[in-house]
Amino acid sequence: MADIKRPLPNLKEYDTREFWKGTKQGELKYQKCDDCKTIVFYPRRHCTGCLGNNLSWHIASGKGTVYSYSVVRQSYHPFFRNQIPYAVAWIDLDEGPRLLSNIVGIDDPLHEVSIGQRVEVEWEEHEELSIPLFKPI
Amino acid sequence: MAGQARDAAIVGIHEYPSRDVEGQISPLQIKAESAARALQDAGLTWSDVDAIYDAGEGGGMGGLAMAEYLGLQPNIIDTTNVGGSSYEFHAGHAKRDIAAGKARVALLTYGSTAHSNAAAIGVGGRGGGIHPVDNMESFSGMTLIANYAMVAHRHMYEYGTTSEQLAEISIATRLHAMRNPEAVEAMTALEFLDIRETSIDDVVNSRMIADPLHLLECCMISDGGGAVVIAAPEVARDCQKPPVWILGSGEATKYPEIGGDLTTSAAVQSAPQAFGEAGVTPQEIDIAMVYDSFSITVLTLLEDLGFCNKGEGGTWVEGGRLRFDRPGDGPALNTDGGGLSSNHPGMRGIFLLIEATRQLRGESCSQVDNAKLAVAHGNGGMLGSRHSGGTIILGRD
Repeated sequence: MADIKRPLPNLKEYDTREFWKGTKQGELKYQKCDDCKTIVFYPRRHCTGCLGNNLSWHIASGKGTVYSYSVVRQSYHPFFRNQIPYAVAWIDLDEGPRLLSNIVGIDDPLHEVSIGQRVEVEWEEHEELSIPLFKPI
Repeated sequence: MAGQARDAAIVGIHEYPSRDVEGQISPLQIKAESAARALQDAGLTWSDVDAIYDAGEGGGMGGLAMAEYLGLQPNIIDTTNVGGSSYEFHAGHAKRDIAAGKARVALLTYGSTAHSNAAAIGVGGRGGGIHPVDNMESFSGMTLIANYAMVAHRHMYEYGTTSEQLAEISIATRLHAMRNPEAVEAMTALEFLDIRETSIDDVVNSRMIADPLHLLECCMISDGGGAVVIAAPEVARDCQKPPVWILGSGEATKYPEIGGDLTTSAAVQSAPQAFGEAGVTPQEIDIAMVYDSFSITVLTLLEDLGFCNKGEGGTWVEGGRLRFDRPGDGPALNTDGGGLSSNHPGMRGIFLLIEATRQLRGESCSQVDNAKLAVAHGNGGMLGSRHSGGTIILGRD
C-alpha cells in the first residue's frame, strides 16, 4: 500500500504554521523572545517567559543529541505499521529545543540508536512542507 | 498527627465487576449503576448527593449531562479532566468543597467500554480543532507505549535500572491479581494467554512492544468503571461503613521543557502538597495505589512519591518488596491486581481510591494486616511527554 502516507501537519494551525513553512526551505526554526531571551518551543504566539509577544524566529543548525528513544515494534496505524521496527526519539537540538522525531538512515534501529548519540536533520520532502527526521552523524 | 484535618471521608465505593461488556451496557449506564451501588454501600441515596465530579467520558456536555442523567441538581459541578488521574483531582476538590461548606455528599463516577470499542486509550479528549502539539509530534508515529518506553530508556541510562527490576512491579501486581477473583475473571475475559503468577523471566522474555518495555509490563485494555462517594464528617458518622478520611491532596502537571528531566514526574510537585497537608511521611504508608499503566510508571512514581531516592527505585523494588505479605518492607503495591492485571479501561484513577478504601476497611483480597494509611497517586496523559499527577493520602479512624 504505497499510497498510505505519513500523517502530515496541518499548515493552517496558527501557532505552528510558520515553523512548517520554513521546513519547505530546509529551515528548522525555533522562537526566542527579543525581550527576555526565553526560547519557546513548540512554537506559540506568546512568550512563556515574560508577558510579551516579541518572539523572533531563528534557524537551528539541525544538529542535536538523542535524549531518549524507543524502537516501536507494534503499531496499528496504517502508515507506521509498515515501518516497524522504527525508532522514535526526543532530540535535544544544540540550540536548546527538544523535539520528537524519528532516527533514520540506519540499517538496524534495534542496535544503532543510543542515548547521547549525535544526530542531524534529514528532510523528508512532501508537497507543501518537509518533515525533519534525524540521522546519526 | 496534630493539625490533621478530617473534614471529608470516602464512605461508599463500587467497582463495576465485568471487564468485557460488549453489547450489554454503555459507559453512561456503568456510571449510573456504579453510582447507585456506591451510594448503597454508604447507606445513602440519590437525594443526598449535592456535588458531582465528572471527567466527561460519558459524552454530552460533561457534568451538565451527568446531572440530568442521574436526576440530580447538585450545588457543585466539577468537570476536571486531566486523563487517568482525574479522580485523584476530583477527590481533592471534593474534600476542598466539603471543607468549605459548599457540599455534604460528593459523587465521582467513571464508565468506559475501551475494550469493546478497541479504543485508543490513555489520553483525555481534546476539543476545538488541531492542537499545536499534535501538529508538531504526530508525524513521528510515537505510540503511547513508546512514550513511556522513552522514560524507561532514560531511567536505565541515568541510573542503571534494569528490565529485571522493572519486572518486579509486574510480578508483584500479578500475584495480587491472582488472589482477586474479579481480576482473574478479567484476564480470562480479555483472553490473556497464561493466567498464573509470573516470574521475572516470564516478564523479560515476553514480547517486546516498544523497547525496552515488554508485553507483561503493559496494562490491559478493559471495559469497566466505578464510583466513589465522599461525605462530610456529620454524614460519614451515620454511614454503613467506617469512614476513610481524605487527609491530604496534591495536583500538578509536567510537560517537555528545554533540558527537562524525563525520569521525574509531576508527582514531585503533587506528593509534597499531599503528604504535607496530611502530616505524614511516605515511610508511614501501608498501601501504595500507584497508577500502573506500565512498569516504568510505577518505578518513577515510587521515587517521586518519596519512598526512595531518585534513581534508586530499581534496587528498592528488588526481592518482592512490593508484595502484600511483606508489610515490614514498606507499602504493598496495587493490591487489587492493578491496571497491569485487573482493570484498565483508560482512566484507572478511580480504582486507586476504591482499592485503597478496601484496604483501610479491611476488605481487600490481599489484605495488609492493620493497614492504616494509604496513598493513591494517579498519572494522567502520557508520562514521557505531558502528564498530570494527583496524589491523595487516605487514613482510617
